[in-house]
Amino acid sequence: MPVWQTLYDELKDKGFMVVAVAEESRGADHARPWIEQAKSSYWQLVDTEHRLEDLYNLVNVPQAIWIDEQGRIVRPPETAGSTDHFRRMDLKTRTMTPEDQAERLAARQAYLDAVRAWVNTGKHALPADAARAALPKVTLEIAEARARFRLGVWLRTNGRTAEGDRQLAAASRLHPESWSMWRQAADLDEVGKASGPDFWKRVQALGDRAYYPPPKL
Amino acid sequence: MTRILTPTDEYEVKAHDGLWMAAADAERVTGWTLKPEGMCRDELCVPMPASAVKGSEIDVAAFWTKLGGPVIASEARDVWALGAPAEERNTALEGLQAPDFTLPDIDGTPRSLSQLRGRKVFVATWASW
Repeated sequence: MPVWQTLYDELKDKGFMVVAVAEESRGADHARPWIEQAKSSYWQLVDTEHRLEDLYNLVNVPQAIWIDEQGRIVRPPETAGSTDHFRRMDLKTRTMTPEDQAERLAARQAYLDAVRAWVNTGKHALPADAARAALPKVTLEIAEARARFRLGVWLRTNGRTAEGDRQLAAASRLHPESWSMWRQAADLDEVGKASGPDFWKRVQALGDRAYYPPPKL
Repeated sequence: MTRILTPTDEYEVKAHDGLWMAAADAERVTGWTLKPEGMCRDELCVPMPASAVKGSEIDVAAFWTKLGGPVIASEARDVWALGAPAEERNTALEGLQAPDFTLPDIDGTPRSLSQLRGRKVFVATWASW
């Protein structure tokens, strides 16, 4: 997030805005300490029902969408600067090799530079056909998963935890590509659990597929 | 009372036998109006099967299913989620006009994407989990 503040400070006088959206089904208070610490001057919004994921067909965090002055999507949802290097880290020490750390930072830098170039020159904005082709399709299963997710979060929030858990698990089964759904289903009482052994097992099962698909810049 | 969750709102309505309710409540929840030709919104009307209309009451579950939207009930059938139809989402995204949304900041002030028209906007998600 400090990088987004830097980006915003640098580009705000050029008609640029950053909207950061916290996907927090557990409630706004989970996002609060981060937001208060960040002291951002761009918008920090809280999405306790994951509405943005529903509207834009998102599957993980962080994902970004680029929207131009006319309100048109010029880059559909894509990974916002994160990479898969974490998959190779030493789980005991939770550290990456210096090479991986350097590559990871370089990839993040390249993505931020792409945002800069877009604001300054319009570069990287996709023509309509390419933008359309890059959109992930909403299937009937995904639509059902979203409705179950909505109901599950409501049930959890209103004290009907066990039933809410079942709805979230069903949602995750219907939409297995959504890491966000899986993590909300796996996690609630313990944050650590969502990145515990089950998480790593599921990440390993991806094989050659990416956890954070790199943006095609 | 039956609670209905739509993608952006939450309603309490008097319903029976699932989601049978007065046409006025159906309109409040779905934005569609019962007319002789069916359920209508703007210029568009969707014919309703005779089995889903009785006098001035309609079966919203049947109507929503006909629209292609998911209808999910809690075990006690007191809370229902009406999800957005997949095709509605796809059509909106393929039009490339960024779907508007309104979400609160941490102080509860609502903010809408549409307030930022005229600027380039970088929308990015994150989470504490």
